[in-house]
Amino acid sequence: MSPEHWTRPSRSEDRGHADETAPAATSAAPTREQVIAGLRATSEGGADLVQLLTPEGQRVSHPDFDIDISEQQLREMYRDMVLIRRADREGNSLQRQGQLGIWVPLLGQEAAQIGAGRALRPQDMAFPSYREHGVAWCRGIDPTELLGIFRGTDHGSWDPNRTGMGLYTIVIGNQCVNATGYAMGQKFEGMVGNSDRDPNANEATMTFFGDGATSQGDVHEGMVWASVYDAPVVFFCQNNQWAISEPTERQSRVPLYERARGYGFPGIRVDGNDVLASLAVSKWALDEARSGNGPVLIEAFTYRMDAHTTSDDATRYRMDDELQAWKLKDPIERLRVYLLREQIVDQGFIDEVQNEAEELATRFREFCLNMSEPPPERMFSAVYADESPVVAAQRDEYLDYLSGFADAGHDTEGSVR
Amino acid sequence: MAAPTVETTGSGTTQPQTITMAKGLNMAMRATMERDPKVLVMGEDVGKLGGVFRVTDGLQKDFGEHRVLDTPLSESGIIGAAIGLAMRGFRPVCEIQFDGFIFPGFDQIVSQLSKMHFRSQGKVKAPVVIRVPFGGGIGAVEHHSESPESLFAHIAGLKVMSCSNPVDAYWMLQQAIDSDDPVLFFEPKRRYWEKAELDPTAEHLSMGSSALLRRGSSATLATYGPMVKTCLDAANAATEDGNELEVVDLRSLSPLDLGPVAESVRRTGRLIVVSESPPESSVTSEVAARIQQECFYSLEAPVMRVNGFDTPYPPSKLEEGYLPDLDRVLDAVDRSLAY
Repeated sequence: MSPEHWTRPSRSEDRGHADETAPAATSAAPTREQVIAGLRATSEGGADLVQLLTPEGQRVSHPDFDIDISEQQLREMYRDMVLIRRADREGNSLQRQGQLGIWVPLLGQEAAQIGAGRALRPQDMAFPSYREHGVAWCRGIDPTELLGIFRGTDHGSWDPNRTGMGLYTIVIGNQCVNATGYAMGQKFEGMVGNSDRDPNANEATMTFFGDGATSQGDVHEGMVWASVYDAPVVFFCQNNQWAISEPTERQSRVPLYERARGYGFPGIRVDGNDVLASLAVSKWALDEARSGNGPVLIEAFTYRMDAHTTSDDATRYRMDDELQAWKLKDPIERLRVYLLREQIVDQGFIDEVQNEAEELATRFREFCLNMSEPPPERMFSAVYADESPVVAAQRDEYLDYLSGFADAGHDTEGSVR
Repeated sequence: MAAPTVETTGSGTTQPQTITMAKGLNMAMRATMERDPKVLVMGEDVGKLGGVFRVTDGLQKDFGEHRVLDTPLSESGIIGAAIGLAMRGFRPVCEIQFDGFIFPGFDQIVSQLSKMHFRSQGKVKAPVVIRVPFGGGIGAVEHHSESPESLFAHIAGLKVMSCSNPVDAYWMLQQAIDSDDPVLFFEPKRRYWEKAELDPTAEHLSMGSSALLRRGSSATLATYGPMVKTCLDAANAATEDGNELEVVDLRSLSPLDLGPVAESVRRTGRLIVVSESPPESSVTSEVAARIQQECFYSLEAPVMRVNGFDTPYPPSKLEEGYLPDLDRVLDAVDRSLAY
């Protein structure tokens, strides 16, 4: 076989955007050319991008993923996005004011998350990473329930069984395998491929992760397992272009959605700033899973408009032009323009939603400021389902130690023996 | 028909029978699978092959491919998927083929499995059992003879067990599968084929308890897993020198049930802790530290330890020297008695 058979396709063919003169990505820091190439990648979704609402707020059709959506649903999704963005901004402020240890901003990813979240049915299961405030919103988790993680009072206060949403997962990619296992369980229990007449007869699982996570082994293993067991799981990758300071270029030399082919299931790139397209593609993918056809990978092509977390300084690694370009694709603005132009809503509705958002922000803030600190025995509670004698002894000794202080500085009633 | 007063073993008998440890483990899985349809067995080659040690032999034939899963070659997948299945209400029993292969799954064990219950304050349970054939003495290649149990005993939220004989294997594994907590279950692979009589109607200890196996007055040996037999052999040999050794099988490495060890040390005044693992920051360190704290005034000598070495596991032609044997145990006893 001649060496030509082993020639890899050029990088520009791979990505459809890279500058062919750009040097190979071997140096520690991205070169200016790579940054520019990355900028092109982040501003163009490519020909395969599924879009139903342009950045200018024009409704467009798509041969495979069009969607019939009521005006009421459109208004609700607008409200969803405005409210969760407002809570997110309040989270950022609370961290800046020292009320939260850290906040993980959602800004810019509202459409991806609300579109996917609203495609889920109550009986479905969601396995999030840690930025999924919009998905949590759709699962009926009040934004105040997210605060404990970031204020340091708990590791997640909602009940995964009741809400159909797992707790936030901080180690990158772990949840992709857990989600696949859960979906295997749904399948083993016969909850896929049943008659469509009963909407409760079928279930699916959706797992959320970022572009950086696709470099982790667990995402690969999750996809291998999902594929070989035809597990009803939808992998929802929010490609927000940056894994802290590392561009998508540092994670993959092919568009992420194309990797699905290697696992043997469909991969689709959707405009993650288009809530209609995110909803349409997610609904289709979840139906595929529920029907027993197996997994789907969705790459929601979006952008993190804020820093990775409040501890991050995004100005160190990305160009302001990039941010400005993405601001023109704002997911909320494009829907607002569409709704107003089509007279689906009037300015009164927009103002009403904004007022509701302000009320939510106030409630969110007040809740945060009034959160009580966990009592010291919380440290020892529920480490095991069956109490460990070792942990119990350590708890008793520590509480005894604390009780030796005359002024313990906290409400000891009912907490410290 | 009257309800039986004793649970059947799943092999259709309550009669005493001679079994190997491998058979005891197999019977334990069979018994739990029969009484609870949510119990799954999963791992590489556990189905048609019956596992590389044949411990799961025949289970897939009898329970089907949806109860006994031949999985992709993927340890993080095995454990990560087991967590998801457990969240769905299943009780997965995972087999890791060899001790040295658990590390690709270490992240899922430490980051997710051990913390699910605490993180959710009991709303999410993770009743996953991970079976790990461990330890040396079988002349294997690298990564097939390690003793990583101390790493897991260090992780809060995990229970860590090690059986040492066929009867314990039978009972402890059933208890581990029934437990709502995640359990790392270490099986001494070089003892898989040793035999004992199992009376399924006899009383049995809880998996969290250590067991005094032999009484004596000269010194106490505390050990677990593959070293239990070595220590019992050493105790027998010690009688030739006029020394009577107590032997305690720890059984549960986390939580440690140190009560029987402390009681024994109060009788003998001397403790030697034995395991195959490297000594630094190990289960033997923990036993030594806590016994010195709890039994300081009863001790006639410092607590001695007999372990492998703080080296990677050696090529198998050297493992005879690496693994504690009867002579190294008796040498430590002599050094303790010399105080």
